[in-house]
Amino acid sequence: MKKFINNPEDVVSEALTGFVDCYSNYYEKHEEVNGVLLKNRRKDKVALVIGGGSGHEPMFSGFVGKGLGDAAACGNIFASPDPGTIYETAMAVENSKGVLFVYGNYAGDNLNFDMAEELLEEDGVKSTHVRVWDDCASAPKDRLTDRRGIAGDLFVVKIAGAACDAGLELDEVKATAEMARDNLRSIGVASSPGQIPGLDKPTFEIADDEMEYGMGIHGEKGIERTKMKTVDEITEYLYFNIKKDMEINSGDEVCVLINGLGSTTILEMSIAYRKLKELLDADGVQVHDSDINSYCTCQEMGGFSISILKLNEELKKLYDMPCYCPYYAKEGK
Amino acid sequence: MENLNAVQAKEMIMYIADKIIEAKPMLTEVDSAIGDGDHGIGMAGGLTKAKTKVEKMESPEDVYAVFHAAGKAMLMSMGGASGVIFGSMFMAGAKGMDPVGEIGAEELAQMMKRSLEAIQERGKAQVGDKTMVDALSPAVDAMEASASEGIVPMLTRAEAAALAGVESTKNFEAKFGRAKTQGTTIGFQDAGATSVWIIFKSMKEYAETH
Repeated sequence: MKKFINNPEDVVSEALTGFVDCYSNYYEKHEEVNGVLLKNRRKDKVALVIGGGSGHEPMFSGFVGKGLGDAAACGNIFASPDPGTIYETAMAVENSKGVLFVYGNYAGDNLNFDMAEELLEEDGVKSTHVRVWDDCASAPKDRLTDRRGIAGDLFVVKIAGAACDAGLELDEVKATAEMARDNLRSIGVASSPGQIPGLDKPTFEIADDEMEYGMGIHGEKGIERTKMKTVDEITEYLYFNIKKDMEINSGDEVCVLINGLGSTTILEMSIAYRKLKELLDADGVQVHDSDINSYCTCQEMGGFSISILKLNEELKKLYDMPCYCPYYAKEGK
Repeated sequence: MENLNAVQAKEMIMYIADKIIEAKPMLTEVDSAIGDGDHGIGMAGGLTKAKTKVEKMESPEDVYAVFHAAGKAMLMSMGGASGVIFGSMFMAGAKGMDPVGEIGAEELAQMMKRSLEAIQERGKAQVGDKTMVDALSPAVDAMEASASEGIVPMLTRAEAAALAGVESTKNFEAKFGRAKTQGTTIGFQDAGATSVWIIFKSMKEYAETH
C-alpha cells in the first residue's frame, strides 16, 4: 500500500512534530518523550492523561484540549507507549491533585500504564486509571474486562475531562469516568484493511465483496464475515447487537457516535446515522447529541462503528460542559 | 566459563543484542504470520538501546547492575507488551540484589527464575498460552535442574528447552495480544518465544567462547 512517509522508523516522531507544530497555538511536545501537552492548562484540578499506540489519529493526541485530556502519551504504531513516556508525560501536567489515566483495554497498554503508575507512586504522585472496554463484539458479557477499547474512548475522555474541570477529586473523577465506560457500548464493521507504515502486508485480508462485523481497530478477528450488505441492514445489525448487550429503554437519552475507521466517508456514515436515528426513534430513545466523524481510525481501514452512551443526570451534566480542541468541540449548554 | 563477571555480563548482553538485531527479519516474518509483524522491529530497537546503555558502562563491577541497566533500557524505550515483558526478563531478576562482581550458574538460574515469576505476575500468562513464557518457563526449569553442572552445560540445556518450547507453541491457540487476529494460530510458532530462544542461544554461545 502506498504511504506518504519518509523513513518508516521516523513515522511517529515526525508525525508528532508536525501535529504539534501545526497546532502550536494549543499544544507543545514534551522535550524528551512522545507526549503531547496542552498549553495554558488549568492548574487547580486532577490531570487527565490519555494515550495508547499511534496510528489511530486523531485518537489519542487529537483529544488533548480544554475540558478533555491535559496530555497524551503516544506509543509506536499500534503499540503502547513505554512506562517512561507515560510517566514523563504525566509528570509534565500533574498539579498535585493526582493523575487519571484513560486508555483502551489492551494487554500492552495495561502493562505499561501500570508500570508508569508505580513510577509515579515512587515520586509520591497519586494516580489511577480507567480502562475503556466498549467493544461489545470483542468478548462475551461475562468477560467484560477482556473487551477492547475502540471509538467509545472519546466519550470516556469527554466525561472524565469535564469531571476534572468540575473540580472533582481523583477518586470521584475515576468513579465518574467508570460510570461513563459502563454506560457505553460500541460495535463496528470492517470492509477493508489498514496498513502499518513500513510493513508490506495489510493488517488482514478480506475479499472485495465481503465485510466483517465486530472486527477490532488493529484487525482483530470479529464475530461474523459475510457478503457486503446495504448500510441500512448493517446499521440494524450493529444497533441490535448493542441493544442485546446494554438495556436501552423508551425514554432513555443517549449520545451517539458514528466513527469512521479511516477510509469510509462522511457521506456513507450519514446514511448509517439516518437509519440509526430511525431505529432509535422507533424505540422511543432520545438522542441528546451525536457526531459523525473519523475519530478513532486504523490507518486507511474501511468501515465504521456505532457507539452509544446512555446518559443519566450526572453524565448529562458533564457531557453538557464545554470542551475545545482542534478536532472536537462542544459549546456547552 | 566457571563464573560470569560484570564485564562478561556486559559483553554477553552486547552479543545477545547483535544476535537479536541479526534475527530482525526472521522475527518479523514469524510475527507477521499471526500477529501484526512488529515484534522484530521492537526487539531490535530495544536491544539496540540495551547495547548502547551497557556499552557506556566502563569496567562495570556489579553483574546485577549490568542486567538491570539493560532491562531498564528496553523497558523504557520499547513500549507494547514486549517492552515490559522482555525488559523484565533482564531487569526483574537483578532488581534489588546486593552488588556482586561475579555470579555462578546457580545465581544465574535464580536470577532468571525471579524474572520469570515477575513476568508471569505482570502478564498473567501460563505455559500453553502461546507466549514467550512457553520458552522461558522450561528454560528456567532446565537451568535449575542443571545448575550444578556449570554455566555452559546449564545454558546448553536451557537453550534446548527453550527451542522445544518454541516448537510447542505451534500446538497452542493464542490467548493474548494482537495474535488474536484472523484465523487459527495453530501451526505457527510464537514470535516472543522465538526471541527467548535466540537470547538463550546467544548466552550459551557467548559462555562457550569465554
